[in-house]
Amino acid sequence: MLNEWTFIGLFLLMGAIFPGVPILLQSLVLGPKKNNPVKNSPYECGIETVGDTWVQFKVQYYIFGLVFVVFDVETIFLFPFAVAFDQVRLFMVVEVVIFILILAGGLVYAWRKGALEWV
Amino acid sequence: MDVGTLISNPVVAIREWLAQLLSNLGLAPQAADVILMILGILVIASVSLILPLFLIWFERRVVARMQDRIGPNRVGPQGLLQTIADAVKLLIKEDITPIGADKLVYNLAPILSVIAVISMWAVIPYAATMVGTTLNVGALYLVSVGSLGTLAIMMGGWSSNNKYALLGAFRTVAQLVSYEAPLLLSLLVPVILARSMDLNTIVRAQNVWFIVAAPIAALIFFVTSVAEVGRTPFDLLEAESEIVAGFHIEYTGMKFGMFFVAEFLHAFTVGALTAVLFLGGWRGPGAEQAPILGVGYFMLKAFAGYFVVILMRSALPRIRIDHMLDLNWKFLVPLALAVIVFTVLGDKVIGEAGITSPWARSGLLFLVNLVLAGLVYAVLSGAARRQRAEEAAGQAHDGQGALAEAAAHGEAGPHAAPAH
Repeated sequence: MLNEWTFIGLFLLMGAIFPGVPILLQSLVLGPKKNNPVKNSPYECGIETVGDTWVQFKVQYYIFGLVFVVFDVETIFLFPFAVAFDQVRLFMVVEVVIFILILAGGLVYAWRKGALEWV
Repeated sequence: MDVGTLISNPVVAIREWLAQLLSNLGLAPQAADVILMILGILVIASVSLILPLFLIWFERRVVARMQDRIGPNRVGPQGLLQTIADAVKLLIKEDITPIGADKLVYNLAPILSVIAVISMWAVIPYAATMVGTTLNVGALYLVSVGSLGTLAIMMGGWSSNNKYALLGAFRTVAQLVSYEAPLLLSLLVPVILARSMDLNTIVRAQNVWFIVAAPIAALIFFVTSVAEVGRTPFDLLEAESEIVAGFHIEYTGMKFGMFFVAEFLHAFTVGALTAVLFLGGWRGPGAEQAPILGVGYFMLKAFAGYFVVILMRSALPRIRIDHMLDLNWKFLVPLALAVIVFTVLGDKVIGEAGITSPWARSGLLFLVNLVLAGLVYAVLSGAARRQRAEEAAGQAHDGQGALAEAAAHGEAGPHAAPAH
């Protein structure tokens, strides 16, 4: 168990080193360094950008984010059930189906409320 | 060392030989373990980072063929070295960070996007004995590192201090986050069928490929995975004709290259995961006895999936954003929920009835899926008919209204004129 997660930890570390080395090689050693303010300005079709970039989000994105969180968390609950599928009886399976139907009820509610419409 | 074992099962043979060598050198077994792990990681990580060099060439050639062009064919045999030439070009480009960018986040994003994809390869089984590591929560691990890629794209788009990039990041939220819900739900189906989250166990459980027992789930998984990669027809986050290049607009040189490496490797990973979860992974004639054959089968299936991804890319136009969200929330998510309900009930009833033969079980589940497909067709065609009827009624109403209006004007004109 510990061994396997050590492998994952080392893998993530290596996954950072592998792309990191060519990026550093390019930006520190091989690439030219002739910066000037015009070159470094944000790209916008040749004209200067107006105002702050980090503007307010449209509220619609948050709503989709919220609906997503509901589904994500509920699905995670279903994974342990799937692994223990051989131990559960038909009665418990029906309970899980009810659980999924409640989840579907949430989807129907969001749908009827118009949260899934792109405006 | 036995030559036959070395050929048929090279990884285990080399591993045992190295372990022997290290213990002869007088290393502690734990230190030897860590060294062997690092060697294994080096092999997997470098193979999966060199693979995109080939994938990019392959994809450019296939897309060119679809568009009646030849594609890259100058550098090296058949243009195979074209990507290496491109990588060298990227290496000698100037590194530009736009004014006002969030430096740490900006520089971290390309690295994170590669980590997200490459770490999926730690748990994918290449053959019976060849797998980075066997996690008992492998399927969950795949989803969790996969969503790091979404985070990387959002980080890149947000930190660039560019409005196009920010728009790309916005769309990422809408698209990648939404499509993760049906992806997770469809991933649940093979887990239910195999009763395990460990990918190698899932492969071993596929006496009959899961695509037979769960064709709808396989389709949902494939479509949502393609959407997660963010390529045509789901390339809204970098739509060239709308927001120039989307989230990676400000990136130059190798950082830009890393986003591309991640994208192409992710596209291939979609093929590989579909192969592992639904097409029997490394299974094939003789794969148990000679794992090297399993690698061949696995790569063949993964490339078949990747080939379909390329065909989709070159054949389909970009989907509109409201259609994209409707497809996800109003079709794929309810469908995935229905698939889970049908599979869970069907599999349990089949189990209670005492049917254990894998072919009978898969066949019955296939029938369950057929019933579900019929239901979905009935619901969809009913909804479409209602919508057509409404539209026709609306048009007829509009038409009559316009006629009446014209008639009123026509009448009002001549009558009104003498009054003045």
